[in-house]
Amino acid sequence: MASKRIDEPTGTETVGHEWDGIEELNTPLPRWWLWTFYLTVVFAIGYVIAYPAIPLLSHGTEGVIGWTSRGQLDKDTKAAAAAQAGIHQQIAGLDIQQLAANPDLMSQAVSGGRAAFLVNCVQCHGSGAAGSEGYPNLNDDDWLWGGSLPEIEQTLQHGIRQPGDDATRTSQMPAFADILEPGQVSQVADYVLSLSGKGQANAAGAQVFADNCAVCHGADGKGLRQFGAPDLADAIWLYGGTKAQVVQQVRHPRHGVMPAWQGRLDPVTIRMLAAYVHSLGGGEDFAEIADAPAEAADEQP
Amino acid sequence: MERVVTRAGIWFAIMVLTLLAAATAADSGFATHMVIVCLAAGLCLWLTVSQADYEAIARGVLRMPIDPSKYDDDPIRWGVIATVFWGMAGFLAGLFIALQLTWPWLNLEPYLNFGRLRPLHTSAVIFAFGGNALIATSYYVVQRTCRARLAFPSLARFVFWGYQLFIALAATGYLLGISQSKEYAEPEWYVDWWLTIVWLAYLAVFVGTILKRSEPHIYVANWFYLAFIITVAMLHVVNNLDMPVSLLGSKSYPLFGGVQGALVQWWYGHNAVGFFLTAGFLAMMYYFVPKQAERPVYSYRLSIIHFWSLIFLYIWAGPHHLLYTALPDWAQTLGMVFSIMLWMPSWGGMINGLMTLNGAWDKVRTDPIIRMMVMALAFYGMSTFEGPMLSIKSVNSLSHYTDWTIGHVHSGALGWNGMITFACVYFLVPRLWQRERLYSLRMVNWHFWLATIGIVFYAASMWVAGVTQGLMWREYGADGYLVNSFAETVAALHPMFALRAFGGLLYLAGAVVMVVNVWATILGKLRSEAPMSTPVYDPVKDRPIVAVPAE
Ligand code: HEC
Ligand code: HEC
Ligand code: HEM
Ligand code: HEM
Repeated sequence: MASKRIDEPTGTETVGHEWDGIEELNTPLPRWWLWTFYLTVVFAIGYVIAYPAIPLLSHGTEGVIGWTSRGQLDKDTKAAAAAQAGIHQQIAGLDIQQLAANPDLMSQAVSGGRAAFLVNCVQCHGSGAAGSEGYPNLNDDDWLWGGSLPEIEQTLQHGIRQPGDDATRTSQMPAFADILEPGQVSQVADYVLSLSGKGQANAAGAQVFADNCAVCHGADGKGLRQFGAPDLADAIWLYGGTKAQVVQQVRHPRHGVMPAWQGRLDPVTIRMLAAYVHSLGGGEDFAEIADAPAEAADEQP
Repeated sequence: MERVVTRAGIWFAIMVLTLLAAATAADSGFATHMVIVCLAAGLCLWLTVSQADYEAIARGVLRMPIDPSKYDDDPIRWGVIATVFWGMAGFLAGLFIALQLTWPWLNLEPYLNFGRLRPLHTSAVIFAFGGNALIATSYYVVQRTCRARLAFPSLARFVFWGYQLFIALAATGYLLGISQSKEYAEPEWYVDWWLTIVWLAYLAVFVGTILKRSEPHIYVANWFYLAFIITVAMLHVVNNLDMPVSLLGSKSYPLFGGVQGALVQWWYGHNAVGFFLTAGFLAMMYYFVPKQAERPVYSYRLSIIHFWSLIFLYIWAGPHHLLYTALPDWAQTLGMVFSIMLWMPSWGGMINGLMTLNGAWDKVRTDPIIRMMVMALAFYGMSTFEGPMLSIKSVNSLSHYTDWTIGHVHSGALGWNGMITFACVYFLVPRLWQRERLYSLRMVNWHFWLATIGIVFYAASMWVAGVTQGLMWREYGADGYLVNSFAETVAALHPMFALRAFGGLLYLAGAVVMVVNVWATILGKLRSEAPMSTPVYDPVKDRPIVAVPAE
């Protein structure tokens, strides 16, 4: 054990211990270090007095300025809601068809709808609403269920094939694997593709189509909205436009499901979403269409 | 002795081949014959192996000198090799997950998806790389500063191998999808129990050696090691209190649920940072910096005050990981103020390390190992300034859940833990294998620059990414609606993610240079190279390059 000595380069005394050649200097605490430490302690004490901090038996101290995180959140959300309350009331009070006639309100609704779309819809429809396989593109004018403001609002409120919602949009394309011969499936697939100029038109296929498919997809194959049956003549495909994909859909059809938003989102938000989707490019004017019972579709083979 | 290995290898190869032949044989007669040959080869293998002198084989393969010093250095040599090995594994995993975040098609389901590789990365770098470095250096330091051989030598070896088993179980578990989903405590109950046994053995070896010491006082590095070992034992046990569903299954359920569970988890998580990544590594710093600089420690008083204030304050700071959550407001306040008070106690370690170079500042220019140590301390200081700042609620409301946290983590982990460990490895290898010097000091310099530039890329890109992300999330338009979708904020970060991966690549490249250097040193090679500088002592230049005002 070495004894105390003065370290030459620094001129400081050592403490006098030594371990494996390591000594320690007896330098006092750096003053700026100590004072900064005290300062943080003083800050901490002040903060503890001001804010909720010390746990007591049933709850903690509340702090002299009375702040709580719940209180702050409440204040912030209320302030945001108050700022938008006027617009929301106007949108709620209007009949949705009149929205288009009020450009100012419409643009407010569209920007509110856009924000809600980014949170609730992009995961399925994509951030540009362009969709992907099984999820329709909302930018085009190819509508499954209808593209006017009231129709879109109805789709959003009740969803598509949403179990438990009586007013949901629903229909069921039968699985033709059990109904048609493989040869017939191939012929009808060719016929379907020929409608958009791709496959080989053939009389047998046309006959199968007329017998089995026209009820839902229409005699010309241009789709029927009361069944949500897509237009097969426009080269826009939900499940893909190769022959294999068409055969697959005919044999074992897939059925798209979308949640009902009523109850999850408030009515004004749904209305604003409808305005936003409508504004994307494919929005249609409202025209009364025959309200055919969707269940009718199930009766068809 | 290498012959034994070769022979055993040949017998083993014959066994495998004959077994394959038997399994795919066209007729049963041939299969029977192959099994007979296989059994014969197995017998020969057993005879070869049972006569082997394993100690000598290991010594030959690892080129270990026959315990020449008065200290028990074998487990330390293994530990150094394990540190380097696991470091490579961990950095590689880190680089790979960084690439996955940039190009998601690299998610290879199911074993190599991001969710399984991320804990593999964090455990490999913290527990395998960091843990082995801590165990190895603690064995080295405690013997030398106590002037005593390791207590319980067999137990010390058990600790090393038991710890490697823990790592292997944890790592393979992640890949197989076994996890209790607590960050930094992912292994399931049976692995936790095993680690508890190993850790208590470690505590026994360490305390036993301290009790055997022939020095009147306990050196400050050992206080830090002891605080690290004891606290980690406590944290590990409390955070892993759970009930296995079956003693023959991997699943268990934790004792604490809901917000209590979250608080216990982050009490653990933060002190894993405080005691594993800080106290333990400060212990390394307190021995290796004065040794390499050949200077006395700057201030004995500072070491006492900052040790106790650090230990006392760290343990309360955990709630800063849960700001603006369901945690009661009072607990959040305490987490924040304790973190702020932690600033100076943390800097005490940095000051004591840096100012130890007083009188030897010229070595920063001439000795790349010292340069690594200085850089490590600088990053330690930076991340312990950043940490208290992130704990301030209004800052945290921006930074939380963003890549800013990731930047903070890695400026500490790569800069402080990584750099100080590399410096210690370079210090230890020539001494443990009794080589005149490292294979190449210039390669250390290369490692230093690759790592430093890598960290700069990593930290800078994550700061930009974090702040961008935080601001985009809270961006409101004039009409009072959120402007960005989550997917848009992710898309905005893509270039930053690529830069981060590039930084990781540089860091990994530096580590590869280290592997070559360490390997060659162990083999006893010396690279003929010009010295880094011609050290002519110039007293005028001998002053701090960092402006730390001291009294
Ligand atoms: C879980 C996925 C999912 C989410 C989330 C979702 N949708 Fe849909 N949406 C679908 C699917 C699938 C369809 C097509 C259903 C079908 O095949 O008939 C669809 C159809 C629609 C249609 C009808 C298109 C047409 O041509 O008639 C509209 C409009 C629509 N979605 C709007 C929205 C809006 C607005 C939101 C957000 C509130 C949203 N969707 C959220 C899956 C989703
Ligand atoms: C009961 C009504 C119904 C009948 C009958 C029916 N379909 Fe459909 N079909 C639908 C509906 C509804 C969809 C859309 C499913 C969805 O939105 O998920 C559809 C979708 C399709 C599609 C996919 C369109 C795309 O854009 O990808 C093809 C192709 C198709 N039907 C062909 C046929 C053919 C061929 C037949 C006759 C053999 C037939 N369908 C009979 C209701 C019907
Ligand atoms: C080559 C070097 C490294 C690279 C490329 C790298 C990369 C990464 C990546 C991509 C993540 C995931 C981030 C996310 O989920 O967004 C991560 C997490 C993490 N890494 Fe690294 N890493 C490296 C080295 C290290 C080292 C040396 C350590 C510790 C000693 C470390 C400790 C951690 C920790 C603790 C986390 C979790 C952070 C958190 O959850 O907040 N990494 N790393
Ligand atoms: C005074 C010292 C420090 C304080 C007060 C501090 C504080 C913080 C804070 C506030 C966070 C962010 C929590 C969140 O928003 O989620 C954090 C995260 C983290 N810090 Fe520190 N830090 C300190 C030092 C360090 C050091 C030196 C390291 C590493 C070597 C480190 C490693 C980490 C890690 C790994 C995380 C990420 C935890 C996770 O979310 O997975 N910290 N720290």
